Amino acid sequence: MQGYFALAGRALGFIFVRPFYAQDFVQQMDEIGVKSLGIVLLTGFFTGMVLALQASVQLQTFGATMYIGRLVTGSMIRELGPVLAGLMVAGRVGSGIAAQLGSMRVTEQIDALNTLGTDPIKKLVTPRVLAALVMLPILTIINDFVGIVGGNLISTLLVGIPSGLYWRTVWEQIASGGFLFRYIPNDFVQGLVKPFVFGGIISISACYYGLNTTGGTEGVGQSTTRTVVLSSILILVVDYFLTQILLSVLTP
Amino acid sequence: MSDERRRDGRRISERSEDAARAAMRDELSEDAEGALADREPGEQPPAGGPPVIELDHISLAFDQPILEDVSFDARKGETICVVGESGTGKSTILKLILRLLVPEKGQVRVFGKDITSLTFTEALEVRQKMGMVFQGAALFDSMSVFENVAYPLREHTELDEDEIEQRVREKLEFVDLDPDKVMEQLPSELSGGMRKRVGIARGMADNPEIMLYDEPTSGLDPLTTGTITLLILKLQRELGVTSVVVSHDIRSVFRMATKVAVLHNRHIEFFGTPEEMAASDDSYLRDFLGGY
Repeated sequence: MQGYFALAGRALGFIFVRPFYAQDFVQQMDEIGVKSLGIVLLTGFFTGMVLALQASVQLQTFGATMYIGRLVTGSMIRELGPVLAGLMVAGRVGSGIAAQLGSMRVTEQIDALNTLGTDPIKKLVTPRVLAALVMLPILTIINDFVGIVGGNLISTLLVGIPSGLYWRTVWEQIASGGFLFRYIPNDFVQGLVKPFVFGGIISISACYYGLNTTGGTEGVGQSTTRTVVLSSILILVVDYFLTQILLSVLTP
Repeated sequence: MSDERRRDGRRISERSEDAARAAMRDELSEDAEGALADREPGEQPPAGGPPVIELDHISLAFDQPILEDVSFDARKGETICVVGESGTGKSTILKLILRLLVPEKGQVRVFGKDITSLTFTEALEVRQKMGMVFQGAALFDSMSVFENVAYPLREHTELDEDEIEQRVREKLEFVDLDPDKVMEQLPSELSGGMRKRVGIARGMADNPEIMLYDEPTSGLDPLTTGTITLLILKLQRELGVTSVVVSHDIRSVFRMATKVAVLHNRHIEFFGTPEEMAASDDSYLRDFLGGY
């Protein structure tokens, strides 16, 4: 616990200290962000579709199928977008980071970095944490958008709602949450603070378990598993408390 | 590729096999003075002066005691070989010198300065004067051979790209690798012996005054073992670096050591020249030397 936060503190503290490992940062943005695009697009699209499908069945009983757009948008932006992107990245990237740093630990590459006068936290952890903090909100935006497009597809094809109406309800939903500083929709704030926090959770958990790997290749496997389990649980638990805090802050 | 390497290795060992064999025979003989007189010309007898590395009554324990009251020192240009059974804390000694670990009691002094109380950042600076060769070479497997050897230069020097390339070539040639062939390869494409040599090239890239080796010859065939041993000797003789070698390969230890420290039961059982060790009547040392 203590080590976890110490690592987080040191990793973030190094952001503004020379030398900067810009190349590592760019590489990690590619690794964490660009390469996760495929799975995020796929999960977002299908989540949006299934939301629209379920909503259509539910809303039909009230004759209110025109609100599908509102339901899909609200769920995607506030909850499913950030959480699903977080869980997918935890599985894909968190495990990868833990495995990589874990094998570097057991093959003494971490010691070698230390010996060559490089702080492994600065060189390895900081770029990864920073990249995750930047990329997860971006992935979430893409996830949200693709999900709403998926909802559009289903509501047009299966329910028969015109696209124009659908997108109007989407905007109604966004506007109904209220605005921060008059222009930023509260839903967007909520939907972007969450993935930012999740990015930190995933990258720091992965680096923590990776750097503290012991016991050879078996240990690497354990670190990987622990990373995915811990970051997934933390994402879901923190999501609840974050929602509660954000709701009380954002709603006047 | 592996044929190439073998031929390479043989060439080196042939060149110096006779000299090495003679040196070994002398080192093993009980006549210490004869051995000294017969060593290669140009080599200095163990130099005096203040110790470069000093371990002063070190004690260390994790769950159980690992080292108790361990002391030895290395003067400039000396090669200290630390030998002992597996699991006696030999590699721990290297980690203490690098200040990857801090002892519970005692001091580790490098260039006369106590490094046990340094902060993390200060320790990084001290480490820049040392080159370490890890047991498994510990090359960064995401980088090419060139980037691996260039790493310490990029981290700590202001050299431009041309100078870095020149330095990397020079170091790779020093360890008898063909720069044009290996530079762009990844560590995973190299054989064990080549990886060790790249590890040595990386360790010495920034011209350190101290070289540390963790089991430099373990897991290698006899020919490659000979090559690596000669490399360590070459580094000491041509560049005058102070070395600490952890090994349990007695044969190569006798070829390169100016002093041997035998670690047994958490203590230094013996610290002296190889000649003194060979001449010793101590029953443990006799057992340890076994076949020799």
